[in-house]
Amino acid sequence: MDILIGGILLGGTYVLMALGLQLQYGVARIMNLANGEILVAGAFGAFWFYSGFQANPFLALIVIVPLAFILNWGIYRYLLSPLVRRAKSRGQLEVDSILATFGLSFIFVGLMLAVFGGEYFSYGYLERAVIVLEQPYGLNRIAAFCASAALCIALVLWLNHTRSGLALRAVAVNPTAASLVAIKVARTSALAFAIGGAVTASGGALLSMFLTFDASIGVIFTLKALIIVILGGVGEIRGTIVAAFMLGLAETAVASLIDPGLTLAAAYLLFIVILLVRPQGLFGSRS
Amino acid sequence: MSGTDKRNFALAAMALAMAALLPLFDTGYWLALGVSLAMYGVLATSWAMFSGPTHYISLATAAFFGTGMYIVGGGVEILPFPVLVVIAAVAGAALAVLVGLTTMRISGVYFVIFTLGLAELIRQVVTWVQTTMGSSSGLYVLTEITESMIYWQLLLLLAVVYLVGWRINRSRLGLALRVIGNDETVAAHVGINTAKAKVILFVISGTVASVTGALLAPRWTYVEPTIAFSPMISFQVVIMALLGGVHRLWGPLCGVIPFMLLWDLISAQFPNQTTLLLGVAFLLIVYLIPNGVVGLIESRLKRRSSGNG
Repeated sequence: MDILIGGILLGGTYVLMALGLQLQYGVARIMNLANGEILVAGAFGAFWFYSGFQANPFLALIVIVPLAFILNWGIYRYLLSPLVRRAKSRGQLEVDSILATFGLSFIFVGLMLAVFGGEYFSYGYLERAVIVLEQPYGLNRIAAFCASAALCIALVLWLNHTRSGLALRAVAVNPTAASLVAIKVARTSALAFAIGGAVTASGGALLSMFLTFDASIGVIFTLKALIIVILGGVGEIRGTIVAAFMLGLAETAVASLIDPGLTLAAAYLLFIVILLVRPQGLFGSRS
Repeated sequence: MSGTDKRNFALAAMALAMAALLPLFDTGYWLALGVSLAMYGVLATSWAMFSGPTHYISLATAAFFGTGMYIVGGGVEILPFPVLVVIAAVAGAALAVLVGLTTMRISGVYFVIFTLGLAELIRQVVTWVQTTMGSSSGLYVLTEITESMIYWQLLLLLAVVYLVGWRINRSRLGLALRVIGNDETVAAHVGINTAKAKVILFVISGTVASVTGALLAPRWTYVEPTIAFSPMISFQVVIMALLGGVHRLWGPLCGVIPFMLLWDLISAQFPNQTTLLLGVAFLLIVYLIPNGVVGLIESRLKRRSSGNG
């Protein structure tokens, strides 16, 4: 039972980073391998606000989200859109964007190492135990879960019930057709990339409430977000949410039943199984 | 074999012989640098043999390298060294077949992620096995093998890699790979078994990386998962091969030599900023020299000859 609840709490915070990557890959068609570093940057932001101003992480979000939005918009506009224009084929763009975002991720790690150093960071916010079904859980985990759920619901509502959300979904389905119905594909892609980055950073800020992190941990989160996206199906918001909970559960189960050092191995096993059995993802349709 | 081939062979053999003389002059800093150059030369060339034509970016070098190294580390007190190298080659090939068969049918992005995680996965499992077995997390590799011998072995491996690459280029497989590189759909339509061709190349490249790891194990007397499976190896191999250019067999080596020399110099000056520098190098290559040094030189030469003619 405590595996179930722990897994759901963990999965709930994974949802945000996976949705962020989903927006970037599904709509803007950029496999952003610096996604995990944006997440860690969000975590550092929250840490900095907490230790510097005693501000609680939820207030820090008000600053972190717009900053991440602007940063990611800039990355897309000035670094990635030249690659989109230069690419002769989808494959070429894929290779170039992978290499470029790889470079970016190293630069982020390097900068964060230079500013914060290589130690592990954590801070104690809401460190109280809450009893759920006779088992204690950290209040910070539960608060992070609730905030993450609220953000997710807002994002899904926006995607499904507004015109700009509709434009985003149209580009995700088919960029050429979207441009035929007067959707500005380049602008919509930049918007999706920027929102994706902001969502990921807010996920990082929430994760930092209960997770110890360091400057170079981002790549692990990139991997996990990718596994979730592929598991759920590229472009599938529902699938992403379900897959995030699956990964959270699988990791919690392995950590508490076998060994906490093997969580990545568990995520990886899930990945291999999905690649072999259903490469288009749980909710994806075969193209 | 044509006249230019004979000339190229003679030149390559001469270069190799010259390189092999290095340990006679210096066994300190320059030999250490020579070993690094030979190691990355082998790794980058074999990486480009697979990734150049297929456009699949493999980050699994560290996984194979570490596997080879660990096989030597684990068996050095039981079996003779040459046998271990053979076992490392077989293990590397087997691992590559497994990975290849799971990933080759699907898109390139998944492959990148898969290979990136592979080294980390093996590292976690190895660490877990070692700690649950009760021993420490590292292994001692104590042999009589000197650095000069490692260097010669690596040069020999480099020569083998070049021969294999040359053979593949003129075989049906090489032609198939070039078609796949241009357009995979076309390749499938003209009857090329694209998955098979890619897996074969991936196996060659994985085997070479595993053997390299095995050969280098005696250089570190103490092998640890964090050293053997360091993702830095994979990234550096990728960047050196791209810097040199992956469209020619000898391209990666043109990237390895300047990169290693510069890297040595710069990372000695700023030991804490290596990650940042690696990132900058990645961006510079993607934006400024997408076809590598060799591509740059070739297009210059072409422009000059067309300008004169």
